[in-house]
Amino acid sequence: MAFLDLLGFAVGALRGHRLRTALSVAGVAIGITAVLALTALGEGARRYIVDEFATLGSNLVIILPGKVETTGGVPFGGVTHDLTLEDHAALARLGRLRRAAPIAVATETLRFRDLGRSAPILGTTADYQEIRRLRLAVGTFLPSGDPERSGTEIVLGTKVAQELFRGENPLGQVVRVGPDRFRVVGVLAPRGLSMLGFDLDEAAFIPVRTAMRLFNRTSLFRIVAEVRIFAEMDQAKAEVLALLKDRHRAEDATVYTQDAMLASFSAILRVLTLSLAGIASVSLVVAGVGIMNVMLVSVTERRAEIGLLKALGAPAPRILLAFLAEAVILAALGGAAGLAAGAAGVGLLALAYPGFPVAIPLWSVGAAMALSFLVGVGFGVWPARRATQLDPIAALARR
Amino acid sequence: MIELQGVWRTYPVGEGVVHALRDVSLSITPGEHVALIGPSGSGKSTLLHILGCLDRPSQGRYCFEGRDVVALPEAERSLLRRTRIGFVFQFFHLLPRLTAQGNVELPMLFSGVPRKERKARAAQALASVGLLPRAAHRPDQLSGGERQRVAIARAVVMNPAVVLADEPTGNLDRASAQEVMGVLEAMNRQGLTLVVVTHDPLLAARARRVVHLADGRPSDAPGGEA
Ligand SMILES: Nc1ncnc2c1ncn2[C@@H]1O[C@H](COP(=O)(O)OP(=O)(O)O)[C@@H](O)[C@H]1O
Ligand SMILES: [Mg+2]
Repeated sequence: MAFLDLLGFAVGALRGHRLRTALSVAGVAIGITAVLALTALGEGARRYIVDEFATLGSNLVIILPGKVETTGGVPFGGVTHDLTLEDHAALARLGRLRRAAPIAVATETLRFRDLGRSAPILGTTADYQEIRRLRLAVGTFLPSGDPERSGTEIVLGTKVAQELFRGENPLGQVVRVGPDRFRVVGVLAPRGLSMLGFDLDEAAFIPVRTAMRLFNRTSLFRIVAEVRIFAEMDQAKAEVLALLKDRHRAEDATVYTQDAMLASFSAILRVLTLSLAGIASVSLVVAGVGIMNVMLVSVTERRAEIGLLKALGAPAPRILLAFLAEAVILAALGGAAGLAAGAAGVGLLALAYPGFPVAIPLWSVGAAMALSFLVGVGFGVWPARRATQLDPIAALARR
Repeated sequence: MIELQGVWRTYPVGEGVVHALRDVSLSITPGEHVALIGPSGSGKSTLLHILGCLDRPSQGRYCFEGRDVVALPEAERSLLRRTRIGFVFQFFHLLPRLTAQGNVELPMLFSGVPRKERKARAAQALASVGLLPRAAHRPDQLSGGERQRVAIARAVVMNPAVVLADEPTGNLDRASAQEVMGVLEAMNRQGLTLVVVTHDPLLAARARRVVHLADGRPSDAPGGEA
């Protein structure tokens, strides 16, 4: 009741000095906007780098048969079911996975005319190219379509192609693997050692169904997949495990991700964002000094008013409260304006640069609001205390 | 009700001191109307500030309603100012952003009087100075005399025992001055103790008792003579 009255008094005082009020609100607003904009830029940079990193293959999920305990070592206990093409088909339908590719692998001798070369041969599908971001020097990768289709296309790693064809154009040539004949449809661009430990330059690729028949296998070596959204890596992992558990009626598969490195990278970037927040807080403190100035001017300008209040017998704590209320209202208005301006500015930035994922982190909104409140109270206290210590006679005397 | 005994008020100025009040002893009984007159710089305002608990004597005793108030803590003294003492100033000291009603409500606002009661009492006080129709006007929409009457309404709205007025008509033309003094005297007739500083001998003459101050020393003289 009494507090509401004081609040009303404070609002009246602020409305009585519109320019001064507007200036100090603007001061806080600029501080808050700076906090939000800078942290949003920092967060944007972090997300951008994380996403860039992700396109290099960190969205990769690798599914292996067999359960590996967290302590490492060999899977044991219970029956281990193999991964099958049916498992792959089921996984490919998971919403969180953008695509999944089955892999069957064996080392065989590739022959072209009288030349032979031993190489690991991967049976897979067209999706593998996307998942591993393979680029082709010439030709195309395996044709997309039903994984159950037995095609006779072959794609060669760059070293295999060089050694087998010695400068001849491999496209359209026929390569033999055991009794089977394959037509070369593409050659990979040089790539080097992959994260999986394969040297893709040394490998060759054929359709998975053909490979399983050729290698005389009924199961897959592994399945590789790509999650749709990097942030949902953990959920995706859990979904994959749940699906396989359901299909196999046992927890007998292992899912690997490559996000450990990314996690530490992300931590570094978070430090970057925090330091940006530090810079922003400095601007907020500057805004706070602005408020303090305004409040001091307000106290000086209103010496007569304060003197009058004291002469009328207003208790000092209430005068203090009234001036504090003014400062807090200023800070709250400035905070709200700053939040709006910051959100609008970041929104505009996002419109102007759609490729740059700016976003205001939630913690910075909280921090900005807490800071503006602290600024209001903190920088309001001193002038308010001065107000209550004024000598009413001197304050009322006509200057 | 007001008992001053051997009150001195000295200000340090440079190396020496200025004696604004010298050995003032004064007693005022409830319901009195006292005029304080004297040349400029004779200590009238200083005396009024001490009577109003805005200032403390450098030396001497001051009893207000039987209580020694010199040594009271500031919170107690502001409670006295809030509830027992009304002030009227030469320059009105109304808050320009508030209406007449708002200005009169001000002492009650800071005393935590509920809103409804505030409105009613402020309206009553404005009516007692004949300004109820101007309740919604801001000070810059009122004449000098009206402003001072608003200030008087503000001074009496807490039902004080005494009203202290420091040259309340010093800034007014003669007609407005008559009006303002008329209001104060009417309140005095209803039992309010009144101490008015003035340098207008004609106005002072209307008081039942006149205290002359000269160089910080009082000399009592009976009122009613010019
Ligand atoms: N704060 C002060 N510091 C120094 N001298 C003061 C102060 N206030 C008043 N005085 C002196 O005290 C004397 C009385 O002042 P005042 O009570 O204002 O006189 P009056 O109201 O009768 O004109 C004056 O000589 C004045 O200069
Ligand atoms: Mg004076």
